[in-house]
Amino acid sequence: MSYAAGVDVGSTQTKAVVVDEDGRIAGRSLIDTGANVVTAAEKAFLLAVQDALIGEETVGYVVGTGYGRYKVTFGDTQITEISCHARGAVHMFPQTRTVLDMGGQDTKAIRVAPSGEVIDFCMNDKCAAGTGRFLQAAAIALEIPLADLGPIALRAEKAVPISTTCTVFAESEVLSWLGKGKKIEDILLGVHRSMGTRSMALLRRVGVESQVAFTGGVTKNLGMVQVMNEMLGMQVNVGEEAHFMGALGAALFARDRIMSSREPIALKEGAV
Amino acid sequence: MKFTAGIDVGSTYTKAVILTDDHQIVGTGMTKTGFKLVEAARRAYETALTEAKLTEKEIAYLATTGYGRFLIPFRDVYVTDITAQSRGAQFFFPQTRTVLDIGGQTMKASRLDGDGKVKAFRLNDKCAAGTGAFLEKTARYMNYQIEEIGPLVATSKEAVAISGVCAVFAESEVINHVSAGATPADIMHGAIVSLVDRAVQLMKRVQAEPEYTLVGGILRFDTMARVVQNKLNAPVNVPPGAMPQFTAAIGAAILAHRRLQKLAAGGAIFERDEVEAVAA
Repeated sequence: MSYAAGVDVGSTQTKAVVVDEDGRIAGRSLIDTGANVVTAAEKAFLLAVQDALIGEETVGYVVGTGYGRYKVTFGDTQITEISCHARGAVHMFPQTRTVLDMGGQDTKAIRVAPSGEVIDFCMNDKCAAGTGRFLQAAAIALEIPLADLGPIALRAEKAVPISTTCTVFAESEVLSWLGKGKKIEDILLGVHRSMGTRSMALLRRVGVESQVAFTGGVTKNLGMVQVMNEMLGMQVNVGEEAHFMGALGAALFARDRIMSSREPIALKEGAV
Repeated sequence: MKFTAGIDVGSTYTKAVILTDDHQIVGTGMTKTGFKLVEAARRAYETALTEAKLTEKEIAYLATTGYGRFLIPFRDVYVTDITAQSRGAQFFFPQTRTVLDIGGQTMKASRLDGDGKVKAFRLNDKCAAGTGAFLEKTARYMNYQIEEIGPLVATSKEAVAISGVCAVFAESEVINHVSAGATPADIMHGAIVSLVDRAVQLMKRVQAEPEYTLVGGILRFDTMARVVQNKLNAPVNVPPGAMPQFTAAIGAAILAHRRLQKLAAGGAIFERDEVEAVAA
């Protein structure tokens, strides 16, 4: 048995996934990227290999993806995270035609073909509004752990409209609403809605086609999942693996390479 | 002797000025705006009154300006900050045709005619890149306070290239530069250069022409004016001392005087809050 791995070096966290020859997830890992991107990539890879209970040498091919993909020094090749997210999402949810990926520093809307190939995409990477950083800023301003934001927002009765676009200004807006006596849950729902509105704008630009898969680190926030369900008017495909979708896609591409290198040339289509 | 007052309730600081009828500044006051705008305005006003050795009753007319101008109940009138800044800039430099105002949360460029009327203006108020908040954030990522920015940048030898697209993303950029061995002074200098690039773009959009006058809290950093001057390749005016922060308040107080004159001349009695009547 030989294995393939994908390492997704994100701006905030680095994810690694090991798949077996059948494309099943054998092991995975998640760590903070931190300042040393090369070390983070290595560490995530080794942890995923350990998680799979296999030896490092049984991994036949490694694909790097994410903004730090060129820092995966041990990788065999690099593939953009757009392709990897699309591939991973279609693998987990074959009916997926649109992918919304919300990461720490960028948000992407991707339209995919049934094969998992990317048809079109659109991203927000010049501005922190609408990315995970927006939630992080709200968490810091309100002194609430990031993980609690979603559950608190879900308790809201009436969202407070957040009118500022910029993350920096939103911090002051959040505090000023708090000063005016608004409830934290209502403010937080407003923050989530504001992110949802920006994501919807990206999604509309590529065209929303059912089903929609929601990927990236922000999927761990149940409040955000709920807001996206409401705004899209449908249940998004999301799961425990959603955070690993880029790494999974990369691992699947790595597996393709192993498989195609094994195929006898004579059996290739058109060559017979 | 009639006195008027101008209070500029800005996003970050609130400034108050008291002016005689021959346009002498007799009192100034400044305080952090915070979230209680009325209290901040009151505080700044009282500091200015104390300095002027006057009581509130002796102030014939009070004009407010800035983003919180609508919320101050003890005003007589409010004027937009664009109008007030223009008046303030021409108070110091009568030949001013373009005003660049960079504050804590906005950046504004306006073009004026010879009578001080605003012919065109553009502002950046949706994004912190290009405002004082951008410099503040960049400084904070390197553990510097706002007051330390000026002296720090003065020691810079060469600006580091900072993209300046987003004040939040600047954090990772700063971290990368620090780990690559750049000095905080050069990074901060780079942040100022990137801010000025945005400012000059904004000025181009109003078809800026000389003389250029720079105002706003950001001019507390001496480097700012020099970088703008280099970028425009033309001399720029900067009001003396702490005055760049007070120009809008001064402009408001000047407009309050004009209003008084009109009223005294038996002009039409305007409603208290008629927005642009004073400016016209």
